[in-house]
This record gives sequence, C-alpha cells and structure tokens, in this order.
Amino acid sequence: MAEPATKKMNMIEAINSALDVMLAKDPEVVIMGEDVGYFGGVFRATAGLQAKHGKTRVFDTPISECGIIGVGVGMAAYGLRPVPEIQFADYIYPGLDQLVSEAARLRYRSANDFTCPMTVRSPFGGGIFGGQTHSQSPESLFTHVCGIKTVIPATPYDAKGLLIAAIEDNDPVVFFEPKRIYNGPFTGYYDRPVEPWSKHAGSDVPEGHYRINLGEAAVVREGEAVTVLTYGTMVHVVKAVVADQGFDAEIIDLRTLLPLDIATIEASVKKTGRCMVVHEATRTSGFGAELAAQVQEPASII
Amino acid sequence: MAHAPKDNHAPLHLHIPEPKFRPGDVADFSDIIVPEVDANPRPDEHVAPANIHALAYGLVRVLGDDHQPSGSWNPNLDVDTLRVMLRKMLLLRAFDDRMFRAQRQGKTSFYMKSFGEEATSVATTMALHSDDMCFPSYRQQGILITRDYPLVDMMNQIYSNRGDRLKGRQLPIMYSAKEYGFFSISGNLTTQYPQAVGWAMASASRADTRISAVWCGDGSTAEGDFHSALTFAAVYNAPVIFQVVNNQWAISSFSGFAGSERTTFAARAIGYGIAGLRVDGNDALAVYAAMQWAANRARNNGGPTLIEYFTYRGEGHSTSDDPGAYRAAEEYALWPLGDPVTRLKEHLIAIGAWTDAQHESLIIELSVQVKAVQKEAEQNGILGHGLHHPFETMFEDVFEEMPWHLKEQCAQMLEEQKDKFGPEWEAR
Ligand SMILES: Cc1ncc(C[n+]2csc(CCOP(=O)(O)OP(=O)(O)O)c2C)c(N)n1
Ligand SMILES: [Mg+2]
Repeated sequence: MAEPATKKMNMIEAINSALDVMLAKDPEVVIMGEDVGYFGGVFRATAGLQAKHGKTRVFDTPISECGIIGVGVGMAAYGLRPVPEIQFADYIYPGLDQLVSEAARLRYRSANDFTCPMTVRSPFGGGIFGGQTHSQSPESLFTHVCGIKTVIPATPYDAKGLLIAAIEDNDPVVFFEPKRIYNGPFTGYYDRPVEPWSKHAGSDVPEGHYRINLGEAAVVREGEAVTVLTYGTMVHVVKAVVADQGFDAEIIDLRTLLPLDIATIEASVKKTGRCMVVHEATRTSGFGAELAAQVQEPASII
Repeated sequence: MAHAPKDNHAPLHLHIPEPKFRPGDVADFSDIIVPEVDANPRPDEHVAPANIHALAYGLVRVLGDDHQPSGSWNPNLDVDTLRVMLRKMLLLRAFDDRMFRAQRQGKTSFYMKSFGEEATSVATTMALHSDDMCFPSYRQQGILITRDYPLVDMMNQIYSNRGDRLKGRQLPIMYSAKEYGFFSISGNLTTQYPQAVGWAMASASRADTRISAVWCGDGSTAEGDFHSALTFAAVYNAPVIFQVVNNQWAISSFSGFAGSERTTFAARAIGYGIAGLRVDGNDALAVYAAMQWAANRARNNGGPTLIEYFTYRGEGHSTSDDPGAYRAAEEYALWPLGDPVTRLKEHLIAIGAWTDAQHESLIIELSVQVKAVQKEAEQNGILGHGLHHPFETMFEDVFEEMPWHLKEQCAQMLEEQKDKFGPEWEAR
C-alpha cells in the first residue's frame, strides 16, 4: 500500500488541516468562534475553511464565551459536533460554567439521555510576551472536572491526529494548543532563534484523516536515568535541556492529561526509578501535583 | 473611610429595592395595571419587532372578567382542546399536591410545586408541536404531564429509587426526557438559555422544521447566560422562544432584584431587536395564543420571541422554603389576575361546556389516579430505604467509556463498602 501523502506543516497548518478533514468527512461538524469565519482566526487556524465549507459550517460569533460554549452544548444536544474556538485560554472563564456544569455533566446527569460531543479549542500557555492575559495555563482547572477530557499536543503531527480524535470523541474535550510552538519548537533559549517546524520531526503530516487516540502518551526519548513527565511547549524545552546536559532521561509527552496514560508512566518510572515533572502552569494545585500523587500512590511503582 | 465631598453636590444614595409588602402587611395590588382585553391587538406574525414595542409593556389577555374570550388574540380553541387543557392543569396540580405531601412524609428530600403557574407550562406545550424541543427550568413539570410522560417515571426520579431513569444522580424533579422533547434540567439557573439557542441554530442550519422553547424565572433573567442567549438568537435569527415566568419571586427576593422596578421583562427584547410579548400568565388562552404566535413566527423564519408571563408563585419556592418569613400572607388570594385553573374552569362553565359537578369529580378522579401511580412508584423504593440503583452506577456515564481512574475509584469504593458492612450490605 502506498504511503499516505504527507506535507510539511507547522502546528497551525496541522490544526487547520484536521478541521478541514473533519468538516469534509462529517457533515455534523460545525466551527464557530470570535473571528474564525471570514478572517480565519487571529492565529489563522481556521483560514480558508469558511470559503471552502460554507458559512453555516464555519462562522463568527458574538464576543461571548458563555454564549459560544452554551450554544455549543445545545448544538451537541441536537446532534451536531461543534468545535468552538475560544480565542485565548485566558478568556475561557466566562464560559466555564457551561463547560463544567453543563457540557461535562450532561451525559452523567441525564444517564446517557443527552450527550455533548464538543471540542473546545483554545491557544494557551506563555512565551509570546502576552502579559498575564495571554499567557495562562489553566489546564488543571479542567482536569479537575469529571466528564471533560483535556488534550495538549506538542507537535504538528500529534496536533492533527489528536484533534481529529477529539472531534470524533463522543464526550467534551478541551483542546489546548501551546501557542508558543505554533510556528516552531521553542527550546527555552530566548537568545536563540526558533527554527521553523519544517526542520523538525513531527512536522511531516499526512494530508488525510488519521487519529492519535486520546489517553495515549508518547515516549519522545528513551532513557534509563530519570523519567520526565511533561506536555506542550515544555516537551521541547526538556528535550533541549537533556540534549545539552547530556543525561539519559526518558521523556514522556503526556499528550492527553485526562484520561492519563498511567500504563506508560508506570512502566517508565519502574524502569528508571526516578521521576520529574515539568510544566509551565502554576505549581500550587497544578497538574504536576496530580502526576506526583499518581506516581507515588500505587505500590507497584514505588 | 468616607470620601470627603469636595463640592456642594448632594450625597449619592444607593437604592436597595424593597417589596411593598412584608409579613404582617395586607397586600394591596391595586397599582397593577390590568389593561382591557385586546388593548394591544394581535399583530401579523411577520411584524417587525420595532413595530410592537407596546406589546412588551402591555398585557395580552383573552378571558374577560365574565370568563368569556374575546379580541384578536382569542385562539378559538375547540371545547375538547379546552377540556384537555383543564385536565392537564388539574393533573399537574394533583401531582404537585401528592409529591409535596410525600416530601413532608419523609419519602423524598425535596419537591417544587408550580401552583398558580400551571398555564405557563401546560398551555404553552399544547401550542407547540410534540417534537419541538423544550428547555425547561425546574418548575415546568407541566410540559412532561402535557406530553403524557409516564407519571411513574417522574415519581421514580423524585424518590431516587431503583426505577429512577437518572439513577439517583439528580435532585428530585430534575428530569430528563429526550424522547419527549424535554431537555435535562440543570440546577444551574439559566444555563439552558444559550443551549436552547444552540439547538435552534442547529435545527435551522439543518433545514429542519423543529423549533426550541426555553423557560426561566424572573430572578434568573439576571444571569449572564440570559443575555448571551438573546444576543446569539438575535444575531442568527434563531427559531427559539424565550419565556420568562415572572411569578414575582425568586426564593425570598422579589422581582425588583432582577430589575422589575424599572421595566418589564418582556421589554428586555427591545434592546436586542427581537419580538417581546407580555402576557397574563394566569389566562391559559392568552398564554396559548402568545406561544402560538411566537411558534408560528419562529417556524416561518421570523426569528425569536421573548414572552413574559405575568403570574404569581402561589406557594413556597420549594419544600425547603417558608414564604411566611418574607412576604405578606394571603398574597395569592389577592392577586388581581386570579388563579389559572379556576379561570379556565369558569370559562368552560360560562360557555356551557363544563359544570361544577364535573369539575369536582375530575379532581377526585385525578387524585385517585395519582395515588395509584404513587403506590406503583413506591414499589421501586422511596428515598433512603435502600432500593436504589447499585452504588457502582455512581461512576458510570461520566464518559462514554469508563476510564481506568474511575474504574479504580469504583473498585476501591466497593472494597471499602464490603469491609465496613460485610457482604450483606448489598442485600440491604
Ligand atoms: C446559578 C445559580 N445561582 C443560584 C441558584 C440558587 N437558586 C435556585 S432557584 C433560585 C431562585 C430563582 O428564581 P426565579 O428565576 O424567579 O425562578 P422561580 O423559582 O421563581 O421559578 C435561586 C437563587 C441556582 N440554582 N443557580
Ligand atoms: Mg420567580
């Protein structure tokens, strides 16, 4: 069988391609958000999609995150598969109630009567000099909530496969895109230029449909000395540090925070006997605390 | 620290709304203006919202003081339909009474009646198509009753027993019935508003013919979701009907805390450029007529309508509430718009289609029916008597497939139950 056609893509192009593929494949997929329609999004993630798929499939919304997510829940209850964009994760809070009390609980509270197959995409994380309103990493607010899956890709290849899997998932997914690495993998060195994705692994992206299952982590570097659990932009920072310092770390890119791939983590920590967590979110009550607890809890690991 | 005034301006004054009557007072509603029937005639359903602002401040009425219908809003319902409407409203009342009593008897933790507001859920539902989607708040059990949802299923939910379709996960009365076009009730006020808009937008985008209707209380209009919903509905001309059941109270807070001292709830529509109607909520025919108008409008791509039903919460907010602690006694008896059931009954009598004797015997018949259903439901258990869904179902339906961490937590719970109570606990 011929290899599927691949193309060099950066993160934005990969996300755009995932949305394009899903719009074409599934007539129930609908994209909406502030500036996502004609203009194609402030980060260009939806560029060209309205022209190609029509205004009822890809459209602009009022500046109301509560409305965007609440309307999404209603569309999902109708039978659509909405993929709303929240322009920045820092602005997801007005929609938080609709996510936490509604999207996440709908299946449970109605005992499967109604479901909410909605994927909320949002750029998150620091590193773009955006100040406190364009830099937050609120992922642990979402992993805390029963009924939401939280996904964070670290490469264009993963971004596309994970986003397709998220859209196809029958439960609500929060899909946080590390905006620092939209154009290339930031390595933590502000004094070095960021190389474009085309020079890196993970930027050969199949043009068609493929999935990376939610809940599966990736071992991005095998090693014996220590396990490093990380995700998003920090995957690349950790990789650079490990390369520069020359120690034999096993680096795990979690990719999905919830449900967590505990099997991969467990196997690695058992092998190395040491574990370290690197993320860019607030340390107190951050996702790292959950990871530390998970690694130490089962008797099988320690 | 007080800010010292720098000039001779009068000091500012913060207004804290206060209802006119409190316990010990005798309520006097003489300031409520009840316009003549047809003071604002029924416009064409395609009318531009800008041309019907008066309807947002008026009061759509059909039944006069003589209990005869008149005017352009008269829906001209046939006698059979009117009798069905009365029957549904009485059944709702009988159900409410029975379940209120069940709570007092300790058979469930909580109940909410809709006494005095029955028309706003029964007559409205009758004016919709059976497959239109309803997004209720917690006081519209009349929708389910009108659509012939099994009463036993409602009771099973109220008792959180082993027959509860929602597996004991929801507070009593927070039903969900997709097959009956009844959206899962949320405890979080007004979240259903944008959802109803989303459903309607989806329906329109699919060239479907179904519309959605959503209800909330006067107090709930203050939530941000209300305003997001109206904005979206206006922007996309969504086929949705917004309804505000203005029963004057939000638990102990009178409607002034949602802005009623300044304007009507129906007038909220004006700022959004959508149609707004203010309706006598205790006149079942007016309620039906308004809903029919809005439904026709929505179905013909005329867009959303906001309807305010001016009514009164005849009893406490819920079984946990004592209205005697914050409002004048007997307010309901003095309410100038009467009682919706009594008015419909008097109307049927006035047109020679009903008698007092028939009415009394229907009340008895419905009470017997409800009692029989209650017995049936109680076979499945009442709250706290151990007949409920297995404990492990608590972990199900969080996701389509249960992830490992919930499986682990569930197993741990079952282990601990066994350690604590022995193997017999399950048989309890
Ligand atoms: C978001 C939210 N805030 C507060 C509450 C608590 N609460 C439940 S009912 C209620 C009053 C609502 O009054 P209204 O909207 O007038 O409806 P009514 O009870 O009169 O039908 C309040 C404050 C809630 N359920 N949800
Ligand atoms: Mg109220």
